Amino acid sequence: MAEVQENKLTQAQIEQLAEHCENAELQAYEITKITNDFPEMTYKDAFDIQWEIRRRKEARGNKIVGMKMGLTSWAKMAQMGVEHPCYGFLADYFSIPDGGEIKHDELIHPKIEAELAFVTKAPLKGPGVHIGDVLRATDFVMPAVEVIDSRYKDFKFDLKSVIADNSSSSRFIAGGTMKKAEELDLKNLGVVMEINGEVVQLGAGAAVLGHPASSVAMLANMLGERGEEIPAGTFIMIGAITAAVQVNKGDSFCVRYQDLGTVSGKFV
Amino acid sequence: MNPQQIQACGDELYEALTKKETLRPFTERFEDITIEDAYHISLRMVERRVQAGAKIIGKKIGVTSKAVQNMLNVHQPDFGYLTDDMAFSQGEEMPISERLIQPKAEGEIAFILKKDLIGPGITNADVLAATDCVIPCFEIVDSRIENWQIKIQDTVADNASCGLFVLGDRAISPREVDLSTCGMVVEKNGQIISTGAGAAALGSPVNCVTWLANTLGQFGIPLKAGEVILSGSLVPLEPVQAGDFMTVSIGGIGSASVRFT
Repeated sequence: MAEVQENKLTQAQIEQLAEHCENAELQAYEITKITNDFPEMTYKDAFDIQWEIRRRKEARGNKIVGMKMGLTSWAKMAQMGVEHPCYGFLADYFSIPDGGEIKHDELIHPKIEAELAFVTKAPLKGPGVHIGDVLRATDFVMPAVEVIDSRYKDFKFDLKSVIADNSSSSRFIAGGTMKKAEELDLKNLGVVMEINGEVVQLGAGAAVLGHPASSVAMLANMLGERGEEIPAGTFIMIGAITAAVQVNKGDSFCVRYQDLGTVSGKFV
Repeated sequence: MNPQQIQACGDELYEALTKKETLRPFTERFEDITIEDAYHISLRMVERRVQAGAKIIGKKIGVTSKAVQNMLNVHQPDFGYLTDDMAFSQGEEMPISERLIQPKAEGEIAFILKKDLIGPGITNADVLAATDCVIPCFEIVDSRIENWQIKIQDTVADNASCGLFVLGDRAISPREVDLSTCGMVVEKNGQIISTGAGAAALGSPVNCVTWLANTLGQFGIPLKAGEVILSGSLVPLEPVQAGDFMTVSIGGIGSASVRFT
């Protein structure tokens, strides 16, 4: 990604914007996209803000439990008007058990996405990681649903603003079925999302960058640009196979996966 | 509509099909046309094809997705007849510029029956037990109505907008695949253009075949052993032209490809 090595913001501005974005997440209120006030911001600045939010959470005692890719499907990129995927981190309190309840009041305007998650058994370090490396380093694949909740008003943002906002991460549910990557046809793997018993979204693995493992490869390569790697044992959500669907208090959902069971939950 | 009008409309459609011409929508010309009238028109069109030497080899189900049902403002599917001259094989070029008017491709699952299904009272269990195998399929739909300006009666009369179809070479028992969650990926000229899953067609392709067996059962028409049943598109329709190359792959089943000339 262009401008990835260069800062235009000062360290003090980065820390101030991290606090600004994280407070909006923790207290569930909307903010306007930060590039309005800082149009000179670079991608390096945006990722620095995200990593500062991560540092703040860890300093507070939160554990980072995984990574996520965002805006990886053509449906999502078209929906949000951006042209490149992004990544974010998952904190311990984002995790909701399968069949569990998600408190709508803790979020601003949540949407759900049907995804898959890869769990690694060997480190992956970019640049140059391809899907062969990813499949070799994959311990198993499991189904997952992500609850995204942009802190930006009306989900209106640009790529830099969303990166600084931890790529809209808020909650996730991992399902209980695990399969080896070689036991699945990941490209053609179908998903059916139902809300309150009605089918609302459908898709197949290829919707994510042509193959779900491509998303993990892209994460390794993007992290590599900062000198970071994906350690063994990392839980990675690959991004939405379908368009994101808005959910209201009282809605229950069930996502059915080909050969990987179901993931369900309810907004209370 | 009276029998003379129905026969005349069926004949018009047959002429339009063979001459590659389009017609004004029937719903503009006959304000009181019913869906039942439309099926009678389609029967006349198919009768003309059979008189010209074609053989009926199966049926297709259409209007199975919520998007198309909303577009046509109906809450039921429709069906048409498949004839042997519509079927193409893997590796064979499909001459759409010679045969069709305004073609669009749909990725589907084809059912091949090993037992007759005679409605009413057919359940999904009966359909699964009567299905020999399922096969990936491209159906190339076409409309003899100008600019696809169809209402439900227009497409029903026009044999459910059926054009040509091609089946893949891999057949799988329905016992080996979850037909509701199986994923579909459609590629055109090397690019992935859409993905979907089985539930896109009335919740499951099996539901579509069950609907057809029960609907035809009301008129004493069975689905016969050996017939090919196209169960409805799982992805949005894609306009195609000569020179295009497409592949559809379905998780747990296989793939089908087609090259258009």
